[in-house]
Amino acid sequence: MSVNSLLFNFSKLRRFKSLEFIMGTVLVGGIGLAVLFSSWLFPDGGSGVNLAMRLTPPLADGNFLLGTDPLGRDVLARVIIGGEISLKVGFYSALGAVVLGIVMGLLSGYYGGIVDIIVMRFADVQLALPFILLAITFIAVIGGGLTNMIILLIVSQWVQYARLVRGSVLSLKDREFILSAQAIGVRDWRILFQHLLPNLLGPVIVLMTLNVANNILLESSLTFLGLGVDPVIPSWGGMLAEGRTYLQTAWWVSVFPGVAILLTVLGLNLLGDWLRDTLDPTGRTTR
Amino acid sequence: MAKFLFYRLLQALFVLVAVTLIVSFAIRLTGDPAVMLAQGAGSITEADLERIREALGLNQPFLVQYLDFLKGLFTGDLGRSFMGGTQVSELVGRALPATLALAFASLFISIALSIPLGVKAAVSRGRWPDQVIRIISLIGLSFPNFWLAIMMVLLMSITFNLLPPSGMEGWQSFIMPAATMGIILTATNVRLVRTTMLETLRSQYIMVARAKGLSNSVVLYKHALRNCSIPLITYFGLQFGGLLGGIVVVERVFNWPGLGTLAFDAVAARDYPVLQGVITVLSLLIISINLLVDIAYGFVDPRVRKS
Repeated sequence: MSVNSLLFNFSKLRRFKSLEFIMGTVLVGGIGLAVLFSSWLFPDGGSGVNLAMRLTPPLADGNFLLGTDPLGRDVLARVIIGGEISLKVGFYSALGAVVLGIVMGLLSGYYGGIVDIIVMRFADVQLALPFILLAITFIAVIGGGLTNMIILLIVSQWVQYARLVRGSVLSLKDREFILSAQAIGVRDWRILFQHLLPNLLGPVIVLMTLNVANNILLESSLTFLGLGVDPVIPSWGGMLAEGRTYLQTAWWVSVFPGVAILLTVLGLNLLGDWLRDTLDPTGRTTR
Repeated sequence: MAKFLFYRLLQALFVLVAVTLIVSFAIRLTGDPAVMLAQGAGSITEADLERIREALGLNQPFLVQYLDFLKGLFTGDLGRSFMGGTQVSELVGRALPATLALAFASLFISIALSIPLGVKAAVSRGRWPDQVIRIISLIGLSFPNFWLAIMMVLLMSITFNLLPPSGMEGWQSFIMPAATMGIILTATNVRLVRTTMLETLRSQYIMVARAKGLSNSVVLYKHALRNCSIPLITYFGLQFGGLLGGIVVVERVFNWPGLGTLAFDAVAARDYPVLQGVITVLSLLIISINLLVDIAYGFVDPRVRKS
């Protein structure tokens, strides 16, 4: 019996007409749909090498709207297909971090004790060590790749959620609806997941949206630096690293993957801002 | 205050130990440094490898090696590079000033831009200057830093041939790297200044100042901004870690002879003592700055000491 469920009370989402919501949805939805249907749009996976057409400028040939890369592959196709990596990494790592962070945050806020100490000390370390440095060390050691990158992002980011959830639990656990649930003998796990959780999801969802955006930036930086996914797989960061060599002669190879990152992250940031204004007016999720 | 200081120092020490432990442990996972050192040295016997291990202290247990590393850290000895055997502290010492110079230049640009923009946005809350500043800062937040760097090179070096595309020679070479980080940092800071300023403007002493008939600019920049400065300095201090992380990436694009370039060269060459040294020094820097900011805050605001 969640008294004031922020997630499912859609009357709170009244500001659907805001510019932020519309722009964010158009950007994220458009890019998401294009990536989802990329294998149907471009059956050859953007890997059709065509050396005769190499480095064709944008609009110069009707088949290649955004031009071709040094191997004559379609830049538009590769940008759309490359989005899959970024969206996957961004979304899965945020999801993993949310789940781990919520569990740890609930336990640490509700029970205190050893979990609480672990969460707070992790938070100290996280604050002191920029992710990119941690990532360089670990990827230099264990290697890049999709799974390693997702794990690394989860490990470095769950603490944010745990801190947020912990704070909310601390402020909620002395409220009447929790005390009465305890009094009638509701089991602890039901109090945690059915009574507390729905009441603190709002700020968590806001943070997750912004986190997906941030993870996409981190993934593309790492891949750009040669520490992320395999350069053979088309990805935005990888294409930018490749295109840099041809900056003097073929600007389009490095401009369009960057535009794709910018628009995706901007869309997510717009949605995050809109969600924050709607779900979290007191501003518990700041950055 | 003494208790607060003690607790805060203890916390910083804990973080330092945790960070160095994580980094040393990760680096130990890479395999045998003796084998890596011996690469390309022709035929190597197991006895040779054993001698290398002994010389490097690698036959000691992990904890002993780690304590040696900590001891070295306090005496400024970070070990030797696998490549050519140069002291790591010497390499780091050469690269650190370049990174710090870039960090301060970016911080300067961002403060110079974000304070007037943030104040303007707060004062005209909800009206068009606020909306424009808000949207531009959101776009700025969404830029991948390395791509912004590449775009600057494309525009300023390749198209207009105004600035050198890479390296650190003369003041012109500072402009693009510092502007890249400065712009991205400004996007965050404008939002911080705006929020802090909005809160301050609601307070009673601002109303009093206005009622006294002080001019708008005196109220804003002398009364309000001065009271915003404590939270803002804290935010700026906390950003330092993220700033250094970003600089590490941007250095790569501009071939800037700083710690980032040193770290990536070390990764490419599997030169782990250098990588360990760079990361330890950077973390030490960030931990000290966070500590200083917290202590300064504790001095200024007694409420912080109690929590």
